[in-house]
Amino acid sequence: MRGLGRREASVAGAIVALGVVLAVVSPGFFARDNLTDLFLANVPVLIMGLGMTLVILTSHIDISVGSLFALCAVASGVLAKAGVPMPLVGAGACVIGVLAGIVNGSLVAFLRIPSIVVTLAMMIALREGLRWATEGAWIQDLPASYQWLGMPAAVYPLVVLASVLVLQAGFGWALGNLSVGRAVYATGSSHSAARLAGLPVEMMTVGVFAVSGALVAIAAVLNSVRFNQIPSNTGLGLELKVIAAVVVGGTAISGGRGSAFGTLLGVILLSAIGPALTFLGVSAYWERAIHGLIILAAVAIDAVRPELHARVARA
Amino acid sequence: MLLEAIDIAKSYAGVRALKGVSFDLRAGEVHALVGENGAGKSTLIKVMTGAERPDAGTLRVGGREVPHMDPATSHALGIAAIYQQPALFPHLTVAENVALALEGGGFWRRVDWRRRRENAAALLARVGSAIDPMRTVDTLSMPEQQVVEIAKAIGANARIVVMDEPTASLTTREVEGLFQVIGRLREADVGVIYISHRLEEIFAVADRITVLRDGLTVETRPAAGVERAELIRMMVGREISSVFPKETIEIGAPVLEVQGVTSLASGVRDVSLTVRRGEILGIAGLVGSGRTELARTLFGLTPADAGTIRVNGTAVRISSPADAIRAGIAYVPEDRRQHGVVLDMSIAANTSLASLGAVSERGLIDRGRERAAAQEYVDRLRIKTPSVLADAGTLSGGNQQKVALARWLSTRPAVIILDEPTQGVDVGSKAEIHGLMQMLAARGLAIVMISSELPEILGMSDRIAVMHRGTIRGVLDRADATQPAILALALAQSPAH
Repeated sequence: MRGLGRREASVAGAIVALGVVLAVVSPGFFARDNLTDLFLANVPVLIMGLGMTLVILTSHIDISVGSLFALCAVASGVLAKAGVPMPLVGAGACVIGVLAGIVNGSLVAFLRIPSIVVTLAMMIALREGLRWATEGAWIQDLPASYQWLGMPAAVYPLVVLASVLVLQAGFGWALGNLSVGRAVYATGSSHSAARLAGLPVEMMTVGVFAVSGALVAIAAVLNSVRFNQIPSNTGLGLELKVIAAVVVGGTAISGGRGSAFGTLLGVILLSAIGPALTFLGVSAYWERAIHGLIILAAVAIDAVRPELHARVARA
Repeated sequence: MLLEAIDIAKSYAGVRALKGVSFDLRAGEVHALVGENGAGKSTLIKVMTGAERPDAGTLRVGGREVPHMDPATSHALGIAAIYQQPALFPHLTVAENVALALEGGGFWRRVDWRRRRENAAALLARVGSAIDPMRTVDTLSMPEQQVVEIAKAIGANARIVVMDEPTASLTTREVEGLFQVIGRLREADVGVIYISHRLEEIFAVADRITVLRDGLTVETRPAAGVERAELIRMMVGREISSVFPKETIEIGAPVLEVQGVTSLASGVRDVSLTVRRGEILGIAGLVGSGRTELARTLFGLTPADAGTIRVNGTAVRISSPADAIRAGIAYVPEDRRQHGVVLDMSIAANTSLASLGAVSERGLIDRGRERAAAQEYVDRLRIKTPSVLADAGTLSGGNQQKVALARWLSTRPAVIILDEPTQGVDVGSKAEIHGLMQMLAARGLAIVMISSELPEILGMSDRIAVMHRGTIRGVLDRADATQPAILALALAQSPAH
């Protein structure tokens, strides 16, 4: 909302530092193939991070995105195998994502059930429902039109890169410049103040969950077409990666503060750590522990900063 | 002498909050501490309760010097503080709350529930209260919670009780109840340090008054010999010509006409009222009499089930705040930190929040126009800030209230409802807000002002509607309105429990 925040700056600083170390110690990291692989592997987190940013900005959370990701991926595969044309496959996945989002959002907005409870139930229901429906079987023998969205394998990464950039820029711009973006921030800062200002708080809540659902569907399709089979248990634990990236990117878990750009930086930092360790010759088993430390550091900075502010302000 | 603070100085990050304040407290007296926000009252309290360590000065309790005051020492010396927001555990019972503060012993000792209950009941009886100790705190009203705090203080054998704005959320009758409790403390030879923005209370309860200004003691005087105007002058350091700048404004055509409005959800019953151009209609009544509920109904938060609302002669249907804004009704709520301003947002974003359509084209916000509009209000309402891009959270209470006002004036309303517009605002800002209300009325706005402060109601209103149990019991003209007349209506047929 107001330029490059301090958090964005410090995450960017960490990324640059990591980059410099890699450039000196192991320039191979920056080989085109490696970067392409790294990017494609993290497309789901990048895209879903945008939706999660919206949800967290309105002071809610959605932990069902990993399960929804699996549902959308499997559904897209089933539709493609049934001979549905690719654009309709994408649309079908999006409808599922949006519907799940509307259910989540409505339960949160109208029945006032805490979002963590609603989406926990949704997470379990979708995951177990999918297990029951597929009996754990993977979707195989996908048609050629499904692979790489029917594009040449070399073009596909560019198309995905373009999509991610458009989404990233679009969401960042909309949050900063559109009335609806302002309404997202206001809703998250104070539901009651936003309601008093005449903003449709309930519709905003349903809306952010629905948009998040659509983005999960897009992420699921873009990811699934890279492989020739779709595991029915895909996306396990993905919600935690997404939430971690949003939090590290500076979006306050209490809502009202944060940015899409911060989330992008959060994704870059967290996704680069693991491969960087490999290149630096450190055991990759450290990756998760280091993720944990980064999240702790980010949250601790948030906790300490208001304290420092208060100490100055009391004067 | 129970307590003496001599030449206390304290700086935060180079800013001198206290430059040399002296204060003393005798047994069995109520000593009021007054001053504008930022005068140093809170800092002085923090030094006396050990929450902050002074840079210089001497602190004596019971004649003995205390070189290093900290919270535990102050507790042991019998100093207790009661704040505006009681610090109780909402889900625990009254007895448990009292016990947690008073019972010693280890973590693993067995709890004697009966003794706990009896002890709490005995302490409550000593302050003249019959609250059931087994009730959980979240079922208590604000004044009841304060009584529990006082019982805790007495249970800890407090010799010195600090009360910081204890009446901010109390009604006149509840204040009377608190004063009776203070009377009992006085009889028990406890010294009370009393802080309040409401000067009437100071005069009603205090034996001596100390005025602080800019971190210095201005004067300490017996309350009996101090004139109200003189006290205000000492606090602000300048003459405030008249406390309520009420001027005669020509009153025009009806703007808001409410006929038989009822809302079951909020307990508002059969309310009829009219507000005209240039008029200030005061709404008085006890807390819980339905004043805020009426405002929320008119604003569409708890829509009316029956009755009609007309704005400028046109009947309007209001089922949401958006409808109300469209109809020309604005509502500046009480408790601005929670509902009024968005503390994380800039002044500019706060100002435009209810009128985004006016600064945007097809949903795209024109930042330049937004900033210019906010700047206009910053100038007009004299909001003290370095920039319209500063966060609302960085402003003082009075200035935050002006930002809330700016937001609602940007919707270009025909009628504006102000709910406790000067609650928790210092004397200087209060006069400024009253002046702004006059200016807005002079420009033809119709104003509905809800207030718990009777002098404000009497000083600012052209007519006064008194509410009781969700409906309007009577409307008084400015000429006929007196404090007893309002109270008589507000208390009429009070339930006989």
